[in-house]
Amino acid sequence: MRGWICVPTISRKKLKITWLQIVIHIFGWLPLAWILFDYFTGRLSVNPIQDIEQWLGRSGAYFLIASLICTPLHTLSGWREPLKRRRALGLYCFMYVCLHVLTFIGLDYGFNLQLIGGVVLKKTYAIVGLATFLLLFPLAVTSFRWWMKKLGRKWTNLHRLVYLAAVLDILHYAWAKKGNLFSLSGDILRPLLLGVLLLFLLVLRLPPVRRWASGLRHKPIYRT
Amino acid sequence: MERKLKHVTVPSSEITPHSIYLSRRDFLKAAGVVSASAFLAACGVKLSSTGGTGSGSATPTVTQSPPVPDNAQGQTTDELGSPLNTFDQITNYNNYYEFSTNKQAVNPLSKNFKTTPWAVEVGGLVQNPKTFGLEDLLKFEQKERIYRLRCVEAWSMVIPWNGFELSALLNEVQPMTSAQYVHFVTLMDPTQMPGEGDPLYPWPYSEGLRLDEAMQRLTIIATGLYGQPLPNPDGAPLRLVVPWKYGFKSIKAIVKIELTEKRPQTMWNTISPQEYGFYSNVNPQVDHPRWSQASERRIGELSRRPTLMFNGYADEVASLYAGMDLRANY
Repeated sequence: MRGWICVPTISRKKLKITWLQIVIHIFGWLPLAWILFDYFTGRLSVNPIQDIEQWLGRSGAYFLIASLICTPLHTLSGWREPLKRRRALGLYCFMYVCLHVLTFIGLDYGFNLQLIGGVVLKKTYAIVGLATFLLLFPLAVTSFRWWMKKLGRKWTNLHRLVYLAAVLDILHYAWAKKGNLFSLSGDILRPLLLGVLLLFLLVLRLPPVRRWASGLRHKPIYRT
Repeated sequence: MERKLKHVTVPSSEITPHSIYLSRRDFLKAAGVVSASAFLAACGVKLSSTGGTGSGSATPTVTQSPPVPDNAQGQTTDELGSPLNTFDQITNYNNYYEFSTNKQAVNPLSKNFKTTPWAVEVGGLVQNPKTFGLEDLLKFEQKERIYRLRCVEAWSMVIPWNGFELSALLNEVQPMTSAQYVHFVTLMDPTQMPGEGDPLYPWPYSEGLRLDEAMQRLTIIATGLYGQPLPNPDGAPLRLVVPWKYGFKSIKAIVKIELTEKRPQTMWNTISPQEYGFYSNVNPQVDHPRWSQASERRIGELSRRPTLMFNGYADEVASLYAGMDLRANY
């Protein structure tokens, strides 16, 4: 966690752009470009609003998981750069989540607050979705260095909320599908796979597991 | 509701002819409605009267609508004035998990689905069990019915089906007096239907109706749409259409129809019984536990429209459920 706070100051002369950054920014805009392309070339189904809404929601979930891959990736490989890319991935996640929420309110429900209220306040999948959005909001806002400095240790604790947001996000995804997460039947394969991946990523963060995992890459040294 | 009955062999002379059995049912139903109406009237509930038939309804909101015509050939709207969805829309947006959970992928994946020869085995508690070829089924009086289809996922379409009333088929095989339910089963053939290889579902797809629901005139077996043979993504060569229930009740590519005494197992009800009830009547007041059923998007329209009680067919079908708690029997 601390490693990320102490971002090395980039000297103004040497603004080095890494291939990882390029990949992230290409992938960051790809889902949006893709859905716009599908829309303008008539590739969406006859229910385009639902297609757009689900696509944006799914994209948000993928970026949320991607942002959580960085730390375990560093633990396992010792590669430091992914730690610096968490913010970009998190902000792309937030962008797609915002677009998803806007599509839900504006395109899907035509800003009909009465209908929206009937869904959001009553339905668990929507409550959980709203909670995810509300949790991600302060994280996105405080993701900049000025806030890190201002909040200090509190910043780290605040940003741990992302774990809760990720769990709620997967639940939101699974509950919006026609299937049953508890009996493992129906149309739940994708949320299920994401959930298993998330569980794996969270377990790798537990201090004993993390120590064991980072020990793995030092093993060859101990052996000699 | 369900009692265990001992199985006894009955000489055919003692069996009530089906027509009398049905009229007896009508009488009992009418009696039930009358007493229910009397009860509600006593409670001060105002009923929407539906003319001289005496069929009031115990459901809270009942829309007045003209009856669905038998032969809607050439019409461009349903009886409520909503325009038909296009052939393209109806054949390119299909919930047909036997092929794919992706509604757009069903059309290409079902392109080579073999529908000839086809046989439907009708059996169970009937006097004349029989296997019908598609040709035999096309001999039943063909109707053109324009129905709204309301998916449980809160989208809907208006579709001009061709087909015959299920009651015609059931009358031919003569249900026994002990028959109370009708069970339908889809073809099981994972080589043609790749989705049937997915272990997360209890294949083959199956559905069920109460016998009186199956005998209702709106319940049809569709063999075509827009005057053409039923396209593969819509359930070729024949499917059930029960317009006042959520779309998943209208099972596709039927190979078996069985009359039973006990309520049959159905697929979505098996997967998630608290979410997909046996009845699954369209009801804007009874939500799916996870999402709202109050409104829907008509395919081709931008804004949502309110969902109608029994999908707008309350006048014709509400009496089937007179006196039942629709919240408990969702």
